[in-house]
Amino acid sequence: MDYAAVVALQILSGVATLVIVSLGLAVVFGMMRVINLAHGEFLMLGGYTAVLAYGRGVNLWIALLILPPVVVGIVGVVVERLLIRRLYGRMVDTMLATWGLSLALIGGVTMLFGNSVTGVSAPLGSFIIGRFHVSVYDLFLMLAAVVLSVAVWAVLKFTPAGLLARGTMQNAEMASALGVAPDRVYAVTFAAGAALSGLAGGLIAPISGVVPTMGTAYIAKAFITVITGGAAMLTGTLTASGLLGTVLTSFTFLTTPVFGEVALLIVAIVLLRLLPRGITGRFLRRAL
Amino acid sequence: MAPGARTGLEIGAAVIVAAVAAVYLPQVLELFSLINATVWVSMAVLALSLGLVWGFGGILCFGQTAFFGLGGYTYAVASINFGDTTWAVPLALLMPTLLAAALGYLMFYGRISDVYMGVITLTTTLILFKFASSTAGDEWNIGEAPLGGFNGIPATPPLNFPLAPDQQLVPEQIFAVAVLCLVACYAIAKLVLRTRFGRVCVAIKENELRAELLGYDVRLHKLVMFALAGMMAGLAGVLFANCVFVSPTMFSLSYAGQVIIWVLVGGIGTLVGPVIGCVLVQMLTTYAGTLSWIDPNLLLGLVFMAAVVAVPKGLLPTASGLLARLTGRAQL
Repeated sequence: MDYAAVVALQILSGVATLVIVSLGLAVVFGMMRVINLAHGEFLMLGGYTAVLAYGRGVNLWIALLILPPVVVGIVGVVVERLLIRRLYGRMVDTMLATWGLSLALIGGVTMLFGNSVTGVSAPLGSFIIGRFHVSVYDLFLMLAAVVLSVAVWAVLKFTPAGLLARGTMQNAEMASALGVAPDRVYAVTFAAGAALSGLAGGLIAPISGVVPTMGTAYIAKAFITVITGGAAMLTGTLTASGLLGTVLTSFTFLTTPVFGEVALLIVAIVLLRLLPRGITGRFLRRAL
Repeated sequence: MAPGARTGLEIGAAVIVAAVAAVYLPQVLELFSLINATVWVSMAVLALSLGLVWGFGGILCFGQTAFFGLGGYTYAVASINFGDTTWAVPLALLMPTLLAAALGYLMFYGRISDVYMGVITLTTTLILFKFASSTAGDEWNIGEAPLGGFNGIPATPPLNFPLAPDQQLVPEQIFAVAVLCLVACYAIAKLVLRTRFGRVCVAIKENELRAELLGYDVRLHKLVMFALAGMMAGLAGVLFANCVFVSPTMFSLSYAGQVIIWVLVGGIGTLVGPVIGCVLVQMLTTYAGTLSWIDPNLLLGLVFMAAVVAVPKGLLPTASGLLARLTGRAQL
């Protein structure tokens, strides 16, 4: 009984992690149709921000939750100005350029901080279910995933900025004709997506080591999740995370973490064969 | 000039250049440089395979290294088990072809758009990278061959003469074989593009919908093209395994990225371009490795971004365009 409870908790926390690491990518891809291959490195920068700030004596929660989104959001603004802006509408070129950015960020961070694993230990301690210890931080991640999803939904649904963003996403020309500057909307959206990725990096820093190449561990999963989700970015990401996170964690339990990821990939590829536009290309189309 | 004659001339020129290289270079290069040159030639085969599938098939494959690595691993495992490389090589060509066909079936028959295709192929190679890295320990032996986890298989045997396991090729001969393979792949690609099948592939790349409405089976053509390029990448893996050894690095993100850089720098839509791009970027990488003040990844990333923004068509088309303008002739 307690074993089942622990497995269920692990599955939920796997789903939550997937939601957290995919959300920034989903915003950028869903709103702007820009595939940001440097997403993993944005996570990595968030992680480094958290670890370095904590190491300098900053309060842990500020280091994990406040500084990473701010720093990576600023990086996002710079990247949008210098690189992404030149390549709008050239989807493949954007992909290649952000891949270059990803390599450059890995190289740059390796030069600055070396190739060793750093990290912060998970705060909040643990509690006991039967014979098992469960980390409270896992529960905190689940809460964070819910809060972030609700926040993204609320911003898009109820704020004027969200309205402009959704309008520009649906029809950039019409939005432009009505006096909205699509350029500015894109810039803000990209920065917001980058900030979300940075926050994700801060959130996962305590559960995964922080290394220059940590992004590569998450990027594949994040991409597959967003693409399996399909056009409706929030609903798609949540449903795909739910499905793939369950597959990933269940197979990890039954076999090894590597086979968990292999199972995730195979399920996703077969699913895309059946639903080429992703889950929300067929179901829940009108959702956000 | 008739197109057929031109293809013949180009293949002839490639054969002559290759013959000179295969005979002359082993005499002047030291052993270390010669082995390095063999690595570059194997990489050039990989670049050529991506240049074919991306530039002429219009298939954006970010994970060409999946087939490269699988070819290398199959070769290593099979030749250790057989004690002879004669049958290991065809097997090492077959496995990547099958993987490419299976992956291609899921992607093309699912009508997945090119961007998603890039992500799926990239993910495939990353998963193989993780899988190969986690195979340390005795439970991961295939027959007599230990997969060796992150260290790979250092004891990858070199090629031997067909059916003569005792007569292993020396590095000079392996270099010649590699150059021969490069030229053969180039000639095969050129000839395939001259056939009806190749022309339909190019037509699909130019306008998929129109080709489909004209009655061509887009999915099947793409599948065959993808499998052919997968086989070439597998051959590149065999050559690479012969001069270095197989390890999970063959599947890694940095290799997968480099192949794209080579093709992009050299020029999409040409076959010589990727080979030139490969050699130039390799020279740059080797040079960057000797610099202590800059990380090679950083330099590569910057070159990559600059190439996308500044010369999106690649060096060879840009250069031939410039040349044509300078000499006042119509573009080739």
